[in-house]
Amino acid sequence: MDFVSGLRCRECGRGYPAEALHVCDFCFGPLEVTYDYEKIASVVTRERIEAGPRSIWRYADLLPVNDAAPVDLGAGFTPLVRADRLASELGLGELWIKDDTANPTGSFKDRVVSVALTKARQLGFKVAACASTGNLANSVAAHAARAGMDSIVLIPHDLERAKVTMTAVYGGTLVAVEGSYDDVNRLCAELTSEQPDWAFVNVNVRTYYAEGSKTLAFEVAEQLGWQAPDHVVVPIGSGSQLTKVAKGFRELWQVGLLDEEPSVRVSGAQAEGCSPVATAFAEGTDAIRPVKPNTIAKSLAIGNPADGWYALDAIRSSGGSCASVTDDEVLDGIRLLARTEGIFAETAGGVTIATLAKLAAQGVIRSDERVVAMVTGHGLKTAEALTGVVGPTATIAPTLESFGNALGDQLTTMQSQRSS
Amino acid sequence: MTTVRIPAQLRTLTAGAGELSIDGSTVGEVLVALDGAHAGFAERLFDESGGLRRFVNVFVDEEDVRFLDGLATPLTPGQTISIVPAVAGG
Repeated sequence: MDFVSGLRCRECGRGYPAEALHVCDFCFGPLEVTYDYEKIASVVTRERIEAGPRSIWRYADLLPVNDAAPVDLGAGFTPLVRADRLASELGLGELWIKDDTANPTGSFKDRVVSVALTKARQLGFKVAACASTGNLANSVAAHAARAGMDSIVLIPHDLERAKVTMTAVYGGTLVAVEGSYDDVNRLCAELTSEQPDWAFVNVNVRTYYAEGSKTLAFEVAEQLGWQAPDHVVVPIGSGSQLTKVAKGFRELWQVGLLDEEPSVRVSGAQAEGCSPVATAFAEGTDAIRPVKPNTIAKSLAIGNPADGWYALDAIRSSGGSCASVTDDEVLDGIRLLARTEGIFAETAGGVTIATLAKLAAQGVIRSDERVVAMVTGHGLKTAEALTGVVGPTATIAPTLESFGNALGDQLTTMQSQRSS
Repeated sequence: MTTVRIPAQLRTLTAGAGELSIDGSTVGEVLVALDGAHAGFAERLFDESGGLRRFVNVFVDEEDVRFLDGLATPLTPGQTISIVPAVAGG
């Protein structure tokens, strides 16, 4: 059983039953799952969670759906990696990377899709659909295959090749739309009205889907020994993940899983070529103006972010910050993380690391804080962004002489560095 | 005449119709006329100041009116307006 008491409009407060509904009929505000927290608190314990599966489903009591056999490829419970070398480069103290590249299809989207399709199947849906910038496409196609559901995935036509292949291979229907992600999203929002039998994970099932991102906060706290960090850095596409991470820490406190009330500063990361939330933050306004994205961080290229307002509110009310970084900084961020910690992130991870670096340099993120950066997608997905940026140190003939000629000086330098 | 596409959430106001033909020379005029023909649209689409509500997106031939002239965006005959809930995606 789950502990859902219903759905409620975040804007006007109207209540709705826990069905495939995502916006309020009256004001179009987003619907939010409401829970019976007292009941959750009466059953949930650290021990109960720790005895659960090594996946997001160990937190089933705090998710909007509970199922003995969820639609599951093993999403979640990814490594939280202490990042001392990166911390020292950035002048930070205790820094951790939440390495969500380790998910089954290589991004955090497996968390939200596992939740969304488990709920969709309970509601009787046979078709899984989505609008995607790539990572969601991979995850929906894979989870639908796992569940024996049909899938219909819509993506912008100019996605990275790996993301197209990683979706198409699962054999569902994949439609490339000649337009931006925002065009794809608008088309899917309209399709939802015409195809009520399809579970669009990020449209009509979005209310449940979004809750899956709370598990990032749950895991971070559990992996830190049931303590919340002081500061988290989260990339912003639609703003949903950031909003739900903030909610996740609050919920742990609400149901009695933390000893101290968390006070987590939440900071957002965007690419300069698509930074409507960072721009509104910098200007001190509530007005998020939609933009036409132009960035290599395609998984964050949402010019009209559905949860932009709420992300902005979560940032401001927590004392966090929001910044944007250039595409060159994104590539530097990817290489910095790889070089210092051995983690290869996609472009969105480059956005997070570059923003972390920027906010650390500005003194916004402080060296006395325990900091967690969310690295949410694997680098192989966007490897082409590094074409011509990284490559072989040398290309040589298969002879000792050629090797010595090409690398002799470098080997001497490395040797002297090691012995010093 | 302008074709107006109605999302599922608002079809209770149109007896289930997903598409209507409405007269008007701007987006705002069409939406006001829509409310005249099917009462209830205005309070759902407009906020207290008469602007579009935060979570209402309106498109003219696939372009968000926020990139055009908003409610003042002029229309030529044969264009299509879509009313779409903003909360989707990501």
